[in-house]
Amino acid sequence: MDSSTLFGIATIGYILAMVTYIVYIAFRNKTIGIIASTITIVSFIAHTGAFFMRWYEGYIMGLRSLWHPPISNLYESIIFFVWCLILGYIIIEIKYTNRSFGAFVTPIAGLALAFIEMTGMSKEIEPLVPALQSNWLLAHVTMSFISYALFGLSFATALMYLIEKTEKKTEPAYIFWSFSLGILIVLLIAMTMDYLEFHVAATTSENIKNYLFKATFKSANSVVAITSWIGSFIIIGMVWAFGHHLKRLIGALNVTPELLDELTYKTVAIGFPIFTLGGLIFGAIWADQAWGVYWSWDPKETWSLITWFVYAFFLHARLMRGWRGKRAAIVSVIGFVAVVFTYLGVNLLLSGLHSYGSLS
Amino acid sequence: MAEKEKSFVDRLWDFFASVKLAIVLFSLIALTSIIGTVIEQNASPEKNIIVLKRLVGENLAPTVYRILDILGFMDMYHSWWFVTLLVLFAMNLIICSLERLPRIWNLIKEPVKPLNPERIPAFPIRKEIVIRHSPETVREALVQSVKQLGFKPMNSPLEDGGYQLYAQKGNWSRLGVYITHLSIIMIMIGAVIGIFFGFNGFLNLPEGYTSDVAYSRKDSKPHPLGFSIRCDDFDVEFYGMSDMPKDYRSWLTVFKDGKEVMKKMIEVNSPLKFEGYTFYQSSYGMLSTGRGFFIFKVKGPGGKTETITKIMGESFIIPGTNIKGTIKKFSPALAISQDGKTYTYAQMMNNPAVYIEFTENGKPKYSGWILKRYPQTWRLPDGSIVQFIDYWGVQYTGLQVRKDPGVWIVYLGCVVMAIGLYMAFFMSHKRIWLIASKAKEGTLIRILATANKNRAGFERKVETLVSNLNREV
Repeated sequence: MDSSTLFGIATIGYILAMVTYIVYIAFRNKTIGIIASTITIVSFIAHTGAFFMRWYEGYIMGLRSLWHPPISNLYESIIFFVWCLILGYIIIEIKYTNRSFGAFVTPIAGLALAFIEMTGMSKEIEPLVPALQSNWLLAHVTMSFISYALFGLSFATALMYLIEKTEKKTEPAYIFWSFSLGILIVLLIAMTMDYLEFHVAATTSENIKNYLFKATFKSANSVVAITSWIGSFIIIGMVWAFGHHLKRLIGALNVTPELLDELTYKTVAIGFPIFTLGGLIFGAIWADQAWGVYWSWDPKETWSLITWFVYAFFLHARLMRGWRGKRAAIVSVIGFVAVVFTYLGVNLLLSGLHSYGSLS
Repeated sequence: MAEKEKSFVDRLWDFFASVKLAIVLFSLIALTSIIGTVIEQNASPEKNIIVLKRLVGENLAPTVYRILDILGFMDMYHSWWFVTLLVLFAMNLIICSLERLPRIWNLIKEPVKPLNPERIPAFPIRKEIVIRHSPETVREALVQSVKQLGFKPMNSPLEDGGYQLYAQKGNWSRLGVYITHLSIIMIMIGAVIGIFFGFNGFLNLPEGYTSDVAYSRKDSKPHPLGFSIRCDDFDVEFYGMSDMPKDYRSWLTVFKDGKEVMKKMIEVNSPLKFEGYTFYQSSYGMLSTGRGFFIFKVKGPGGKTETITKIMGESFIIPGTNIKGTIKKFSPALAISQDGKTYTYAQMMNNPAVYIEFTENGKPKYSGWILKRYPQTWRLPDGSIVQFIDYWGVQYTGLQVRKDPGVWIVYLGCVVMAIGLYMAFFMSHKRIWLIASKAKEGTLIRILATANKNRAGFERKVETLVSNLNREV
């Protein structure tokens, strides 16, 4: 067995776990909950094994030294992000003996893994180009992803908090969460359709590398594309219209809003210093060592600074001005959107406009 | 009423001391920064007009470009208004901290005092237990349990023969926020020093050449270094037989006042530092007019090895034989096509090869390509070995040259920030009181505690303390 087989098992496991957690939330059956947790933990063990195996494979192939764990390209870093996220989730599940966060955390992992498949990014173990052979970079990447995972957890709990605490459909906080959740669901469905069309049905014989949204928004067939846009507005509208049922489901799970609020804060409070040190400072030191410039306002650096300001905003608003509850939760959701943009948006959207770092 | 009498300076101070301003500035800096990531900074106008055409359409693009250009968005992170935002941010940070520091300082310096057992204020953490022993017998166990939590308890007797243990720790952690703020100011000061007193330039140095200047990135003007630097050699190492670069290396020598003072091999991530200047490996290339030296290690059948340096067209003798080799052709990157023809596939030295004709006593013997990266091509039919070491003097190393007198302040700021963040987020100011008073059944122990952060975590620890006491005593 090689690492990619194990990664495959873990990927399928996480997606199964996602479905099981959602079923658990809907029916609140304890057995289903235990099954969901078991699937998650088994997948996590497979994932951990795959990680070390890939590390060893890179070493055996003579492409990397033992000092370089497999976290050096887009594929490996997303896999590592998912690993941190699930680890953080398992810790929370055990510490607070509560399974209901699973239905909100596993979809983030599912989205990340689906993204790998749809974009057809390279999964090869690549040799490290000279600039990447740095211990600073290693510390930078590891800590960045630990903090991203913590911000991801904070996003999930903030979203749950908003769902539980909003009353009226006209309330800005309600509109905010229903739109955010709606977009998340639309993305998940669109990626599933990509998967069905290009992997299962395989309707095209062309060798397209990047499948992302080709079955929906970016379809060559304009009818399909327009229908997809209309469909997503309908889905978002439906989340808005029927969102109050979700509130009942979560309300029945004995997660108090206070616990969610505390978790949102705690994950940011741990993630922020790690992000500052690992994401910003170590990144700057690495750039300084490799290129002789510690800060050059390139889009990646600027976006990580924007993310830093959003979370600094969160902490100051909360600790100094007493922002609690809904307002703080909204900032936390925005913070994670900035994280995702820093990580993927800069490469995906801005590289479409400019010339740097694209997917292939 | 007092509000109205405030002077202008006071009002200015209040303006900068507000957290509201901080939150507004966070948002403004973050939001405006986004624009600079969409518009390519310091790029040619055509590039950004193309970007704008995609965003706002063909017709509006030139107008939008002109407006953005006037507002400084083409180099926005150095524009007057963005710098103003950063200055406001720095002032806000300083004044906010100064405003709050005295109060925090008092909290830190304030010693923990025993409580009045008759009038205990409401504490967030409070527990009570009764133990069937006299206060004196449990004293040692109580002291030990408080010490186990990391406190050094002080003792004060009560009137009824009981006593009170009280302690605090982590009071200095309250400074964490201010240390973090200070570190941001330090990083900003370091950056400003770098901008005004630093030098950012480049130097393309061919193998064998010496230079006593570097060239500014801004205007390409020569900038005297005060010493000279020579490139002895440059080399690219590849992964296995692929063309994936594994390492770029330059061997550099520094001369000061005509004397050699330093020799170092630099790589990406491992620069050379001398007298405040740092030389980074940043690029490389081939000289268009290059005429270099072929270096071979030649071993004859008799086993004698010689190192030979020749230029194009020259000949050499394999030691111990009459065989003469003449250098005829060179390719920086040799490949063989499917029909067996050789061709050069790149301009860089990816696969250097040299074509040599061998003759014995004037008669042609054999000829062929010798490749630097393929040892099997070094062996001649008669057993001699001609190892192609290097074609020296045709490559240049591209060095990034930087002098930044502020960088150590930036680094110091980073260290201070790490300390500050740790104190601010992972430490807390904890206080605890244990009041042991005489009761009918033995001793009534009241435990009161506070923590300015992570109160739930501290409460769990206090609960463990209580259950341990119940078990042990």
